[in-house]
Amino acid sequence: MNYLNETIDSLHKKLADKELTSKELTEQTLAGIKEKDEDISAFITVNDAATDVAKKVDTEGIKGNLSGIPIAFKDNIVSNGIKTTAASKILYNFMPVYSATVLEKLESAGAINIGKTNMDEFAMGSSTETSFFGNTHNPWNLDYVPGGSSGGSAAAVASGEVVAALGTDTGGSIRQPAAFNGIFGIKPTYGRVSRWGVIAFSSSLDQVGVMSKRVEDSATVLSTMAGHDYHDSTSSEKEVPDYRANLDKDMSGVKIAIPKEFWHEGADPEVIKQVNAAIDVYKKLGATVEEVSLPTLKHAVEVYYVLASSEASSNLQRYDGVRYGFRAKDVKNIKDLFVNSRSEGFGDEVKRRIMLGTFALSAGSYDAYFKKAAQVRTIFIQEMTKVLDKYDLIMGPSTTSAAFKIGAKIDDPLAMYMNDILTIPANLAGLPAASVPAGLANGMPVGLQIMAKPFNEQAIFNAAYALQEENKFYEKIPTALKGED
Amino acid sequence: MISKEEILHVAELANLKLKDDEVDSFVSQLGKIVNMEDKLASVDTTGIEPTYNMGDTSTTFREDKGIHTQTREQMFENVPESEDNLIKVPTIVAKGEDE
Repeated sequence: MNYLNETIDSLHKKLADKELTSKELTEQTLAGIKEKDEDISAFITVNDAATDVAKKVDTEGIKGNLSGIPIAFKDNIVSNGIKTTAASKILYNFMPVYSATVLEKLESAGAINIGKTNMDEFAMGSSTETSFFGNTHNPWNLDYVPGGSSGGSAAAVASGEVVAALGTDTGGSIRQPAAFNGIFGIKPTYGRVSRWGVIAFSSSLDQVGVMSKRVEDSATVLSTMAGHDYHDSTSSEKEVPDYRANLDKDMSGVKIAIPKEFWHEGADPEVIKQVNAAIDVYKKLGATVEEVSLPTLKHAVEVYYVLASSEASSNLQRYDGVRYGFRAKDVKNIKDLFVNSRSEGFGDEVKRRIMLGTFALSAGSYDAYFKKAAQVRTIFIQEMTKVLDKYDLIMGPSTTSAAFKIGAKIDDPLAMYMNDILTIPANLAGLPAASVPAGLANGMPVGLQIMAKPFNEQAIFNAAYALQEENKFYEKIPTALKGED
Repeated sequence: MISKEEILHVAELANLKLKDDEVDSFVSQLGKIVNMEDKLASVDTTGIEPTYNMGDTSTTFREDKGIHTQTREQMFENVPESEDNLIKVPTIVAKGEDE
């Protein structure tokens, strides 16, 4: 199956009209992944049992919009009986005995888990190069990174292997790869989606979201998987709207803020050109656009790397080689077992974050780093809230550059961290945020970022849909895909 | 700046063992990152409450009642080494240490 010209609605129609069975669709999807992944390597594990699940869906009958449709899951979302690794050697053989709530909810709606996508190890990275299982390639140019950390999910969608994929976003891990691959990707409000069964990285920042070529498909998937979960006390009890049914591309009277700090001097002028053109579309459609200032944005990367690393160092203490995952051999005592399993099991970037976080939390550093960063976070949240009191949406570039070459930044952690400056703000403030395709810069996709008030994902879907219907970026075929016209 | 001694101390706290060349690269890389983070000192945070948690942070209560989720067999599926239905690990207390 080639999903480049399909949507959830078009597939649902074929399934409901019995033009196609879910079993056939699933077999074709598996064949498509096999063929395309020779170049792209978007998946860590393909679910060979998916066809059997599809047969069952066929027998029970096609029901809702997602019924019988294969979807991909980032490999930090645990899946019962299907290997889940977080792209780490330390979980190379981990076989979950339960499924994440997001996966269960989508499966209850009839969606089929087609496989687990590649990512940066424990979602730490912006290029999918820190994966223990090798690189994923950008379908627009195979020499380029797909972004990260949800790089496998983004590349799987962009190359037409699947219609939609789940990702997670701690500092931009859905929006940056969505931008780099020319697709839509949304990180919902903190608390909108349950994180039960999602391998924890930074618990005050992590959120699960969706990526798809079409805005309306992410709207369908998010409505299905959002909502309160008994197992996750950080999940909100607020009612979940039907984002798909409520899609409204009318932009007249919508108030858009553009923070001048997002147009900073280091940004690629070709990226800025595409983003400005996208913002002009909103003006044409009747929205008002005004410049605002977020003076504390310049400290966002600093705040993020202190807090995210600190929380990660705590969350990753559980990997010790005792109960599951990789266990080091030839150890003399329990301390050696912990130390050797962790030292041999974690990759360089994960060790770097654990070290940074342990440092920031250690006696003598706690006040100057962890507490200080948490205070600056408060100031930053206040700045964002003040802007959103007056405006419906905040817009800017999703990234300062388009995708970069594989290997270009991997040896320079600080340069890699700076990639995240424009996506971090939404995580620090817990706001919903998305990236929607704006155009091409030197042949590589550029994303427009849209942020909204907490729990107003609808405003993001509406605005993204309005731009999509104007620029029809989804009609463009990624340039590195063979045999496409 | 961050010294070699600090790196070794932090590694010890984090239960990580670094090879010699890793120690050197961590001194340089973490030094640069910590320098970047040091810019936070320039922000006036007098009287500002830190944000440690997000979302509705009200405490959730539930009935104090046990529920059955996974079975013992399931829980053991991922255990690297086991014996007699117990997780097997190397020596915890070395001879002489417990006296």
